[in-house]
Amino acid sequence: MCLAVPGKIISIHDDGSLMKMGQVRFGGIVKEVNLAYVPSVQVGEYVIVHVGFAISILNEEEAQKVFSYLQEIADEGGQ
Amino acid sequence: MKFVDEYRSGESVGEYCRALAEITTQPWTIMEICGGQTHSIVKHGIQEMIPPELTLLHGPGCPVCVTPMELIDHAVHIASLSNVIFCSFGDMLRVPGSEKDLFSVKAKGGDVRIVLSPMEALEIAKEFPEKEVVFFAIGFETTAPANAMAIHQARQENLKNISFLVSQVIVPPAMRTILEFPDNRVQGFLAAGHVCTIMGTQEYEPLAREFQIPIVVTGFEPLDIVQGIYMCVRQLEAGCAQVENQYSRAVKKEGNLAAQKLIEEVFQIVPQKWRGVGEIAQSGLGLKNSYSAFDASTRFLLESRRCEIDSPCISGEVLMGIKKPDECTAFGTSCTPDSPFGATMVSSEGACSAYFRYKRVAP
Ligand code: SF4
Repeated sequence: MCLAVPGKIISIHDDGSLMKMGQVRFGGIVKEVNLAYVPSVQVGEYVIVHVGFAISILNEEEAQKVFSYLQEIADEGGQ
Repeated sequence: MKFVDEYRSGESVGEYCRALAEITTQPWTIMEICGGQTHSIVKHGIQEMIPPELTLLHGPGCPVCVTPMELIDHAVHIASLSNVIFCSFGDMLRVPGSEKDLFSVKAKGGDVRIVLSPMEALEIAKEFPEKEVVFFAIGFETTAPANAMAIHQARQENLKNISFLVSQVIVPPAMRTILEFPDNRVQGFLAAGHVCTIMGTQEYEPLAREFQIPIVVTGFEPLDIVQGIYMCVRQLEAGCAQVENQYSRAVKKEGNLAAQKLIEEVFQIVPQKWRGVGEIAQSGLGLKNSYSAFDASTRFLLESRRCEIDSPCISGEVLMGIKKPDECTAFGTSCTPDSPFGATMVSSEGACSAYFRYKRVAP
């Protein structure tokens, strides 16, 4: 139920109202998504989408941490 | 797909499992809160990959599973009325009420429509002004912003023919209830990542302090989950009890402020019943007075009544991590996804359904 899927913003239509919308690509599918809750989002960024709403902008830098975390811990331990 | 595939890499998951084996010196019991995490754990066989000292308990994190039976009965009642179009997320249709589910109302000709977003219900209301449109607004914090937006927009647009049957639950009070059980076994939590994208991580600090329990905000892919478990075990082994954020690519400490603002505009905190569990103080969101005109339970004059039925279902204990689904006598025999007794067998994120689909346990 809290399933939320990452997708890439490919266009934004902002009419200044609460109902800022945009197109988001998920793999091969493009959907209209409400962007009201990610006011700063830019085309090209990735968002997490839940029941038609983008709820978070994905942070590319943070996204890499899972791959370096164990090494960092090992380095800390070795110091 | 970016942000998905790389988090399913068997190699990286394996690295974490080996690292876990190195740091685990004694048995620990960790509960994942969210049904999406449960699904991922059972589907990918994560319990079998991690050291045998570690036990994963499945938590209450599936809004479909905890929506009270009474509310399903109300939904069934409303959906059966001739001038009503009843809109719901698809998962709710097979959840049993005391007598019927929404699916059987639909099968008998009731106008029950599955929508993917609450905003679709608004469109339907505009398209059919002569009908009463009702949306079943269920969810955790994750879904609250979407439901709040639909309700807010309905008022903005002065739509007279739409109302909302609300069952919004809040997670931290349920975690407190689990920790306060006299026979609680949970020593560490994986908190629900998407709930935290909205609410942030700060509201877990008091829980971690008060109960001296590590809480790791965790994502949903296999790699997220093994890293979350690793962070949790690392704290347990070191005697720490902190809130950590594994899912930092999506979760900020303060959460999503724009979403919180609209939730506060539309909802207030109320006591909430959890199916199979009972009432938990301050664990729900109800409509504020300024939005009460959109409350389906007053529009349709629903009276609250008790409806407990006799059933072998132990889904309440399953939701609170006291029992596992295969400890239920009905599991896989009289209770299956096609004829479920409890909501945990219906929802794709319910623990019983995940066990039924992915775990080959002999019934
Ligand atoms: S297997 Fe069925 S009857 Fe048993 S706890 Fe799960 S939902 Fe309830």
